[in-house]
Amino acid sequence: MSGIPHDHYEPKTKGEKWLHSRLPIVGLIYDTIMIPTPKNLNWMWIWGIVLAFALVLQIATGVVLAMHYTPDVSLAFASVEGIMRNVNSGYLLRYLHMNGASLFFVAVYLHIFRGLYYGSYKAPREVTWIIGMLIYLLMMATAFMGYVLPWGQMSFWGATVITGLFGAIPLIGDPIHTWLLGGPAVGNPTLNRFFSLHYLLPFIIAALVAVHIWAFHTTGNSNPTGVEVRRKTRAEADKDTLPFWPYFVIKDFFALAVVLVVFFAVVGFMPNYLGDPVNYVEANPLKTPTHIVPEWYFLPFYAILRAFTADVWAVQLASFVTFGIVDAKLFGVLAMFGAIVVLALVPWLDTSSVRSGRFRPMFKWWFALLVVDFMVLMWAGSQPAEGIVPVISLIAAAYWFAYFLVILPLLGVIEKPTIPPATIEDDFNAHYGTADGSASGASQTTPAE
Amino acid sequence: MFMKLTTAAVLAIGLVSGASAKPGEIENIDFSFDGPFGTYEKQQLQRGLQVYTEVCAACHGLKYVPIRTLADEGGPEIPMDQVRAYAKQFDVFDPELNDTRPGKPTDHFPKSALSNAPDLSLMAKARAGFEGPYGLGINQLFKGIGGPEYIVAILNGYTGKDKTEAGATLYENTAFPGGWIAMPPPLSDGAVTYADGAPNDQFRISEDVAAFLMWTAEPKLIARKETGFVAVLFLVLLSVLLYLTNKRIWSAVKGRGKDAEAK
Repeated sequence: MSGIPHDHYEPKTKGEKWLHSRLPIVGLIYDTIMIPTPKNLNWMWIWGIVLAFALVLQIATGVVLAMHYTPDVSLAFASVEGIMRNVNSGYLLRYLHMNGASLFFVAVYLHIFRGLYYGSYKAPREVTWIIGMLIYLLMMATAFMGYVLPWGQMSFWGATVITGLFGAIPLIGDPIHTWLLGGPAVGNPTLNRFFSLHYLLPFIIAALVAVHIWAFHTTGNSNPTGVEVRRKTRAEADKDTLPFWPYFVIKDFFALAVVLVVFFAVVGFMPNYLGDPVNYVEANPLKTPTHIVPEWYFLPFYAILRAFTADVWAVQLASFVTFGIVDAKLFGVLAMFGAIVVLALVPWLDTSSVRSGRFRPMFKWWFALLVVDFMVLMWAGSQPAEGIVPVISLIAAAYWFAYFLVILPLLGVIEKPTIPPATIEDDFNAHYGTADGSASGASQTTPAE
Repeated sequence: MFMKLTTAAVLAIGLVSGASAKPGEIENIDFSFDGPFGTYEKQQLQRGLQVYTEVCAACHGLKYVPIRTLADEGGPEIPMDQVRAYAKQFDVFDPELNDTRPGKPTDHFPKSALSNAPDLSLMAKARAGFEGPYGLGINQLFKGIGGPEYIVAILNGYTGKDKTEAGATLYENTAFPGGWIAMPPPLSDGAVTYADGAPNDQFRISEDVAAFLMWTAEPKLIARKETGFVAVLFLVLLSVLLYLTNKRIWSAVKGRGKDAEAK
């Protein structure tokens, strides 16, 4: 499948030949599993397998939960309690599913930031990146709708606040809002359609995951040096790569097992740690919780949404220029979606000739600041919008946009990158020595780099 | 670099997750069910049930809790014949009879008798009492979510002052958000007399009922922790095996691997 020369499946027995000439499925699986993979991938390349596991976990637990769940506003909360109390291992399924969403997002954020640091999004892998961003968007939609299903206080009020954002769109906002909810407010029709879509979207995600894998199997994996695999001859390619099975499968499984130790410790010993206690109170449309907050994985974007209040000059300017059509609410909504759009456009915003952040002395610092910025936004999103919080949110939101729209394009011009190794083989040998025992590199590092 | 960032990110997640509605200062109590290996104390849950039945149930309900679960393993473990007798005290409306009948173990506890008295089934999980150092909440692992502590704090937080507002009497309570609660002080020393002669001062009674309400909120706590423990144990073992497999496989291609040196 990939442009890197490697062994292909050859049907040997009569039966294999019979199948292969009708449906080359064994060959497809073989080529996928045996794909040549850069030798020098580090431990940040393991999040893909964690994500694949999380998707399967969520679908498997979710399908069973759906057998016991009732999407009706008067029964939903009680049906979840029924799962927790009366269904065999129902409490386990539910806590796995609940915390599985957090596992999914921890992994996806690390996966995305790995891509940002090592320039994985750069040509020729833009399509892989864009597909990934679509998966991320669908994940957010799925997680949001899933959170509404238990019909707790935060489910209801979170849904009210977030769907209310669509009302900010000028002219057509209100009809869209009503159309989405199936009525004037979050109610039974909303719960029913969210249940339906929450069941549907994961399968679309699964299909996009297949496309995501197809795309990067076409270009080959990126790697920490950003140097491409040599692919002119088979001999050269073999020096830069190892087959996915068994080298990376076992490595990934090891990493997955370690991640799962932490995951199961959370599920077993503190399953409500990441959730909001208020969601254990049944939804009450007449009683607003004192402090409406989304789940942790939405907080950075929630902070950006709230950062742009009517007293920010950029908002006032936008309002003036558009004759008041863009008010603070709409500005906030645009900023929130814009924050994800700039992330999706990063392949075309980064102008550097060097792919990996490892060889970009200035970029490293700006990237580190972006990671800090992301965490500051997460913190700001969790706090009530009072005191110093709005100012911090605004500065952090501004940096998010500045990084993608100003710093990345400029860095490519003003930064002088260091020289990457000529080949992946050189990089690998510098770390681990050659297979015959002689070290060609200078420094010895631990395998778990 | 990524290792550091990962660690920082994990810490940040903890930092924000601990942030939620803040009642007054809540003191930690060492309950038997705190920590990864903590379990419910059968006697305490039975005492808590007695407190609930004699005091709380006058106004509050436990509508999500099936009465039969009182006999479940890991809970109060009341013998089934006693559970049957216990259920009989409730008048349950049966749609098939179109009339009330004595309760059966398969019925749930009644819902709240008073419209402004919240259902207590999930109260111990719906109120997080404390947030840990720097709001991290990470001490939940050892001290629990703080819900039972919150219940104890409410029951002992009355200052004795009250006021009348819009025709309703409100009582000052240091643990309640806002400081004024509609519930009159429900407990006093000796409010309940235990059959087993356990101490029945106000604080002990409130601890017992808080433990019972933790059980109603999380009846599968013991099974959950056991499952978690087994899962963690086997995954650690699996990790070690996969680590060794991984090392073995890669040693052939990594020059400084042990196998290569041995050759």
